[in-house]
Formats: sequence, C-alpha cells, structure tokens
Amino acid sequence: MYRYDEFDHAFVKARVAQFRDQVERRLSGELTEDQFKPLRLMNGVYLQLHAYMLRIAIPYGTLAPRQMRMLAHIARTYDKGYGHFTTRQNLQFHWPALKDVPQILEDLASVEMHCIQTSGNCIRNVTADHFAGAAADEVADPRPYAEILRQWSSLHPEFSYLPRKFKIAVTGAERDRAAVQVHDIGLHLKKDSSGRLGFAVYVGGGLGRTPMIAKKIRDFLPEEDLLSYTTAILRVYNLHGRRDNKYKARIKILVHETGTEELKAQVEREFAALKDSELKLPQADIQAIDAYFAPPALPARPEGDAAVATAAAADGGFAAWLGRNLHTHKNPDYTSVTISLKGIGEVPGDISADQMDAVAELAERYGFDEIRVSHEQNLVLPHVARADLKAVYDRLVAIGLATSNAGLVTDIIACPGLDYCALANARSIPVAQEIATRFADQTRQEEIGDLKIKISGCINACGHHHVGHIGILGVEKKGAELYQVTLGGSGDENTSIGDIVGRGFGPDEITDAVETIVETYLAHRLDKDEAFLTTYRRLGAAPFKEALYGREARAA
Amino acid sequence: MKLLTANRLSDGEAVWLAAGGRWVEDIAQAEVARDAETEARLEETGRAAAARNEVVDVNLIDVEFVDGAVRPIRLRERIRAGGPTIHPELGKQARRPALAPV
Repeated sequence: MYRYDEFDHAFVKARVAQFRDQVERRLSGELTEDQFKPLRLMNGVYLQLHAYMLRIAIPYGTLAPRQMRMLAHIARTYDKGYGHFTTRQNLQFHWPALKDVPQILEDLASVEMHCIQTSGNCIRNVTADHFAGAAADEVADPRPYAEILRQWSSLHPEFSYLPRKFKIAVTGAERDRAAVQVHDIGLHLKKDSSGRLGFAVYVGGGLGRTPMIAKKIRDFLPEEDLLSYTTAILRVYNLHGRRDNKYKARIKILVHETGTEELKAQVEREFAALKDSELKLPQADIQAIDAYFAPPALPARPEGDAAVATAAAADGGFAAWLGRNLHTHKNPDYTSVTISLKGIGEVPGDISADQMDAVAELAERYGFDEIRVSHEQNLVLPHVARADLKAVYDRLVAIGLATSNAGLVTDIIACPGLDYCALANARSIPVAQEIATRFADQTRQEEIGDLKIKISGCINACGHHHVGHIGILGVEKKGAELYQVTLGGSGDENTSIGDIVGRGFGPDEITDAVETIVETYLAHRLDKDEAFLTTYRRLGAAPFKEALYGREARAA
Repeated sequence: MKLLTANRLSDGEAVWLAAGGRWVEDIAQAEVARDAETEARLEETGRAAAARNEVVDVNLIDVEFVDGAVRPIRLRERIRAGGPTIHPELGKQARRPALAPV
C-alpha cells in the first residue's frame, strides 16, 4: 500500500501541531466557538448528541494491520473500547474528549493516518472498490488513481471552499462495487479498443434530500488526463455551483439545472485549456504510484480446494460461511474474505478494540498485511489462501466475527442515527438490530438470497437508503419516529433510486413491514435464482403495496 | 416546563443546568423552569457560561414530569439524557438505566 514520503510526514505532523495549538487556544478561551468550529471540522471533529465525534480518513478503505492496531489503541485509551466503520469507508469514534484529540491525531500520524478533509466543503476521502487489487473481474486496480486524486486534492487551495462537500469514487471492474453513480464524480476504469486504460466519467450523482443518478459525460477519458479533467469539472462547479442555498449546492443540482449537454460542454472547454498543462499525468508518475499497490507475491497453494472441501463437509457453519463471505480472486489458490460486522443483533459497522487487534493479527498471519473497509460497513481480507480459510474462519468464530451473511438480508447498512447523530430524526441501529434478529435463521436467509437493506436516520442518507433494494428512512412525525420504505433502489452498474411504497411505519411496525415485503417477494419470484431486485423490477411496486396496504386501502 | 441543556466544551458531555448555575451530568438534578421569568434567567446563565467557554450548544428544551421524574418531550433529548439506546453495557446508559429513553 501507499507509504508516506518525507513530504507527507512533515505535512501531517505540521497539521497536528497546528490543531494542538488551536485546541489549546479554544480551551483557554482565546478562540470562540464560532472561530473554532470550522477549524475543528477541518480536522474531522464534530459535536454530536452525547460527545464529540472524530472521523478518521481511511483512503479508499485500505488499512494496514499496524493502523488497525492503532485504531484499537485509540478506542481503548481515549474512547469506550469500540469504533464504527461508516459507509464512506471511514472510521468514527463517538466519544473522544476534545482535549484528547490532538494526542489522538499524533498517534494516528505515527501510522500515516489523519482526519483531514473528513468534513467541510472540500474533496472528501476518495472511495474505491473494497476488492481492489484482488478481484478476478478487475480491469485495473482503482486505488492508484484514488491515491493520485488524494494527493492532488489534499489542501488543494482552489478546492478547499467549494459550494458544498465533494465525493469521488473509483471502481475498477465492470461490476461497480463502489456505487460510483451516486457520487459527485464517479470514475469507472475501463480499457478502450486499443487496450489503453481510462475512465468512464460520471458527474452529479448523489443521495440526500434530492437523490440523483450521475450522468455520464465522458465514455473514455485516458488515464493521463485524470487530474486535468477532474480539475475542469471542479472549476465549472466552483464557479457556477449554488452558494445561496445549502440544499441546492451540490454538483448534482448544478448538473440538473444546467443540463447534461451544456455542463459537459463547459467541462470540455475548461479541459481543452488544461489538457496539455502540468496536470497531465506522466506515465512515470502513474507507474511510481502503481508500484505502491503492487499485489503481494502469492505463493502457489494448490492444496486449498481439497482442504476446503474436507473442512466444509465436517463443519456446516464453515460451509455456510464459504457460501456467502468469499469473493473470487485473480489467483485461483486465493480468495477475498468478507468479515461481516453485522452479527445478528449487533450494531452494523461497530467493532471492539479486541476485535480490531484480532483482525490485524489475521491480516498479518494469513492476509499479506492487507485489510479493507467496505462501504457496506464490513471488513475484507483481500488476499487469503483457500488453504488457510478454515484457520481464518475458526479465529473469526472465536472473536465473534464469523457471521455468514455477506449480501443477505441481515447484512444491513445503517447510519448511526438518533442514537448518536445531531442531524438524525429517528434511530437506525435498533431497526437494523430488530430486522436482523427477525431474519436470523441461516436457512431462511439463504432461501431469500441477495437482498440489501439500507437504513438512514434522516434525509441526508448516510445509510444510502435510496439505493437499498429495501430502503428505510427514519423521519420524525408528531414527535415520534416513523419509517418510510422505498423499494427497488440499487447502487451498482445498474443504479436506480428506490420508489416510496406508501405511508410510513412506526417503530413497532417496521420489522413486520419488511417481513411482509420479503414474503411477497418469495411468493412472486419465478424461482430461487430470481433475486429480490429482479422480481421488483419485473413486477413493480403493485404486489408489495397490495401486501402492505391492501386490506386497509380496501377498507378505506 | 423547560430546562437548559448544553455540551461541556472540554469533553462534549451532555450537561444540564442545575440550581446555583452548576452544570450536572444527570438531568434529574436540573433546575426546571415553570415560568417565563425562570426561563429567561436560565438562558442568561447559559449565555454567560458559553461566554466563559464552559459549554457549547446551549438550548432550552421542553420537559414534562412522568411518575415524578423529569422527562424531555422530544425523543432526541431523551436519548441525550439517557444515552444511546444501544450498547447497554457502556457509558451513561449503563450507569443510569432508569433513564432509558424509550
């Protein structure tokens, strides 16, 4: 993975010293809250319901074991012994004291981590496919490009005060696992007919109160033009994006109001002026960054298939886990392992300090020192020999992280919601816990098959509810929590925004409603191979509405 | 009925204003304002505490009495008082289970 050079080290260290001074001046009263708030936000420090929250950047979701151990240390020393992985591939601590934050940042800097640009109207952490560098279907590893974007965008003077926050995602296979079409810029790596690498460029996607699917404005952008074209997009946005209304300030609104063709023309005009400037990426520079992401040397382990077959025959739990939590690796002796952070009844994305240490140890022992964070709030060991799977599984069982539910109905995304978040209107986590508990039976989950439930506690949509096959949005109505359900959303290469199915459900009704939706799908699917989303797209909302509201609609 | 709440500057802990201008971590000890005059006094005390950099995010919130105990009207404020409704083994939700917000 990428290692800091001298410049990076000096830069992060200077930033820690600067923030230490700012915190001291705030605590002594030299700075007012109004003066301090933008400074703390630039360093990832929010104030939530119960405490401060610190959001730590995990660039493109790639973590080394020593970094995971440091997160465990911070969780134990300064927090309540756990952390929360987010849909932005970041980690949040929900209980740090402001006075401790400078020391936390210093600890993070010692393992090449920081909280810069995890808040504010700047270019946020660039996200990527969590199977990057390992997936068999990959055209190229998206992370070198994400790293180039990270270096270019860090404290970029022109783009530090954009109209609103700006999120870029890069994916490297035909199957989009980074939800690029719901980002401000989505980059989909591909090769042209001559075998050159480049990107399909999507602009203006986003969730929140106005969900929009991004528009493709370039079918093929050669890799050397990455920064000049991105700069062109950001210049158009920075100039024309609305600053008069926070809710209309994202680039999705600009794209929508300007029209895709006109916006594309504006971007192309800027690009024409930048194309041959110093922003053009020299091949040598791309290769230098590429080298940091060279895959580990994977020794041949042909004994894996036999070992897995024997172990699976003897251990049904292991067999179930193999069936759900593996992803096909480029090297047939290896696989990518999803470590589910969605234990039944647990908090989606939460992990204890002891579990963090144990995952770090697994990555060192069996995973070539690599850990990934997925936007679905799980962890991934991207390179594990099939021959080592049983050992990895046994250890995961011992630490309570062997839930065999990747992609199933209990693998639920949920934002922190009203249990922590100052913006939330309703709780998300207890809803996820109750649904997971209802569908806990492994056989039933597997019978239902692939089904993504995503829950947000407010319209800002951190829980990506718009792109859930079943999306749940918590709102406040007459002082109580109410959950609005959307169906048919999807955040992949065939992105769709879910349709609101009807009136909302109270906290004591929502799990029943989800069960009704699932049972309706099971009754209507053509066969077991027709996944929920396919059935929904074939039939539309009608049978689900009928099942949820039919009786009361007829009675009315 | 109202009372005044804020977050302590140094650690972000949710606090409520008690008699004598003290900030307490237990909402049960907070001073309840039953008239506009008391509300104004609480607010003035809060403004002064914010100006002294003791607290941030100072707000008056609506409360009621249920079974003799003070209880915020809004769920958000009940969760601030009782702690998250998850991880019952940790934090203030473990220390004060009686304040469970729901």
